[in-house]
Amino acid sequence: MSELAFDPFNVIITGVGGQGNVLASRMLGNVMSRQGLNVTIGETFGASQRGGSVMSHLRISAKGTWSPQIPRGAAHVVVALEPIEAVRVLGEYGNPEVSVLVNTRSIYPVGCIAGETRYPSVDEIKGWVSSLSKKAWFIPATDEAVKIGAAILGNVMMMGALAGANLLPITRQTFEQTMAATLDRTRLEANMEAFDRGFSLAR
Amino acid sequence: MASIADGKAGDIRLLMGNEALARGALEAGLAVAAGYPGTPSSEIIETLAKAASTSNLYVEWSVNEKVALEVAAAASFAGLRSLCVMKQNGVNVASDFLLHLAGSGTRGGMVLMPCDDPGALSSVNEGEARHFARLVEIPLLEPATFQQAKDVTRWAFELSETLRTIVMVRSATRLSHASGTVTLGEIPPNSPKAKFIHDGFVLDPMEGPVMSPPVAYKHSQQQDKIEKAAALFEDSPFNTYEGPENPSLMLIASSVAGLYAREAIHLLGVGDSVGLLCLATTWPLPPKFMQKYLAKADRFLVVEEVLPFLEENIKVLAQELTPVIGAKTFFGKRDKTLPGVGELNPDLVAGALSKILGKPYVPVSQEYSGKARQTSFLGAPSRDLTFCPGCPHRASFWNIHTVLSTDNRQGFVCGDIGCYSMAVLPSGFSTLKTLHAMGSGTGVASGFGKLGQFGMDQPVVSVCGDSTFFHAAMPALANAIHHGSDITMVILDNSGTGMTGFQPHPGLPVDALGQQAPALDIEKICKAMGATVAVCDPFDLNDTQETLHRLLEEGKGVKVLITRRICALSPERKGKKLFEMKVDSNICLGENCGCNRLCTRIFRCPGLVWDAQAKTAKIDEVICAGCGVCADICPSGAISKTPV
Repeated sequence: MSELAFDPFNVIITGVGGQGNVLASRMLGNVMSRQGLNVTIGETFGASQRGGSVMSHLRISAKGTWSPQIPRGAAHVVVALEPIEAVRVLGEYGNPEVSVLVNTRSIYPVGCIAGETRYPSVDEIKGWVSSLSKKAWFIPATDEAVKIGAAILGNVMMMGALAGANLLPITRQTFEQTMAATLDRTRLEANMEAFDRGFSLAR
Repeated sequence: MASIADGKAGDIRLLMGNEALARGALEAGLAVAAGYPGTPSSEIIETLAKAASTSNLYVEWSVNEKVALEVAAAASFAGLRSLCVMKQNGVNVASDFLLHLAGSGTRGGMVLMPCDDPGALSSVNEGEARHFARLVEIPLLEPATFQQAKDVTRWAFELSETLRTIVMVRSATRLSHASGTVTLGEIPPNSPKAKFIHDGFVLDPMEGPVMSPPVAYKHSQQQDKIEKAAALFEDSPFNTYEGPENPSLMLIASSVAGLYAREAIHLLGVGDSVGLLCLATTWPLPPKFMQKYLAKADRFLVVEEVLPFLEENIKVLAQELTPVIGAKTFFGKRDKTLPGVGELNPDLVAGALSKILGKPYVPVSQEYSGKARQTSFLGAPSRDLTFCPGCPHRASFWNIHTVLSTDNRQGFVCGDIGCYSMAVLPSGFSTLKTLHAMGSGTGVASGFGKLGQFGMDQPVVSVCGDSTFFHAAMPALANAIHHGSDITMVILDNSGTGMTGFQPHPGLPVDALGQQAPALDIEKICKAMGATVAVCDPFDLNDTQETLHRLLEEGKGVKVLITRRICALSPERKGKKLFEMKVDSNICLGENCGCNRLCTRIFRCPGLVWDAQAKTAKIDEVICAGCGVCADICPSGAISKTPV
């Protein structure tokens, strides 16, 4: 696809501090910006490394600058780097037409670790996300990233999956050019391997 | 982009608000920048520090905000353009000097750039810097977009030089920590010469001594400057109006609330009848410009964060103009059309519009939203903030908590601002019992430590970080020592300003520019000040707990315990495990162990999880940072650590 299905096109990338959420939103924003689109990204990352939920709101538009916070019920795509974060985001920003990509690797809240709250089963989460979305993809991104050497590449793999799901005009070439601006050759190769694997997992 | 100084005029970039603010300062010919780290402001100084190698800049992380403002002011007095950056409550710290600086006036263009945090996303307050602009009588600018963040900043330096006063450019989290598309301007060649001229006529603003007396004269000059500012604001291109000529309702917004207001008008589809006036020059308000727009409508909704600052200023003006423009109706914070606490968003503004216009706003069907909200509420357990895996603070608070519990005299800990503020939460074993401003833990403890005269016999402990020690805790420590207050101060030395991204401070051998700098030794300072001092590694649980016990039992006077261990997120430590950790499921007795899941129920490290099927503890390999501390927590010795 080469054009935006909606304008503004609203993407939420959500996850937990330390998963590379902010970097993922920057990657996607830069890819879109490189294609001549206006991008506004709102981020909540004060608590980003402290076990809290982290959310980035991307507004992609041919028309101009939008609010850095997406209105309620107005997400077109949700990329969740952690499963229950997908459920959390859908509660506020979901709608019957939303597409959702979920990394299936859980990060347990300390309340769950302590036994005060219950972390739902993967099947429960899959059921909820599927019933609250138009289409859902469940990608074992962290597990696959561990196989290619670094769990942190889970975020790049999810960006590959987003490209593979064909929801936004993301080409491999623009993604590689964007990443090449900040990474050395070895790291670029690892990142592109993660991107490609994510791409094929969402196909 | 490697440096914010790269890129030529006309280039279009996706910039974080803080980067746009920094770029604006460079385009204005900035020479000196100083600040103290604080979310959401920190990236401004960091961005400028990175650009310093290719631009002729001096950038520093000062010891605190007041000193940062003084450092930046010196550059202005010497004729250079200077910038001072801090988070909202930093202005409280700097305000004493700010008041006097507003009186003395400035020379080279000088900008104070506070970043407010509406909703306290990364703060323990939602204080507002804007009120200081009115309080000390200096001009206030509030950019509303990423492009304005850059362009308003650039203009603020010119304005400062025209008026010879410091100008405040106020940002907020959703601008500073958001990103948007910005068209770059040119960075001028920059080779300014610094010279402080001080031997002219005593009242000469450019050649005499720089001071706020004689007060009556300087104060009246200050008010002249504010009047001039209002006149200059009359035709500022940064105040914009969009909408019909005579709207049935006009929204008046400042800062990023302008983007929410525009989106709310769009969401309700009322652009034909509702107008939007975005003001960037919010103090002093330009009276003729305001008269023109106040005359266009009868009803107004003021959209701003957090307190009704703009609303009140507009109302004063509207009252004075009543004979000319007639009486007007205002909606906003004072009538509770919009909430007076927390940050705004497009939905809150849309809700307010909906209420005023009597037009329903239903973003998504009730059936869907009811189901989605219920699923989210029941299915997504909350994610409380916690110390990172491998964080030395978790170990420090484990030690303090254990010692105070076994000491059994209802001892308590007074704290302040840093990652260690989280010790009010279960993740820090709810150890902190007071939490206020930078350095306040030790100041409050100093007071508690003098209450023995009134029968208080609880041990008093304070905590502060290494950066906070230099920022504001040293005067509190001096006070406690001088007055013989009975306290134990624990300095959680993690070798950097951890919470905000590991910026250097005077205790480190490096400065903001990455250059070698003399490091001040906290241990020697405390000893020289007269405290009894001990140093421990918080990961050595036995030694730290024994030492703390001993210090508490010594009773009289000020004792200092430095728990020293570098932050797990520091560049030196991040991603490097000290140990490979393993739970031996044959030794872990799980729920049958008398410990009642001590490791996961109480210690609460995200890297050590409970395997519900095996009913034993388990290391999460992806999360665990390999600090080894949990091995010393387990009473059964089921957790092993193997050095990496």
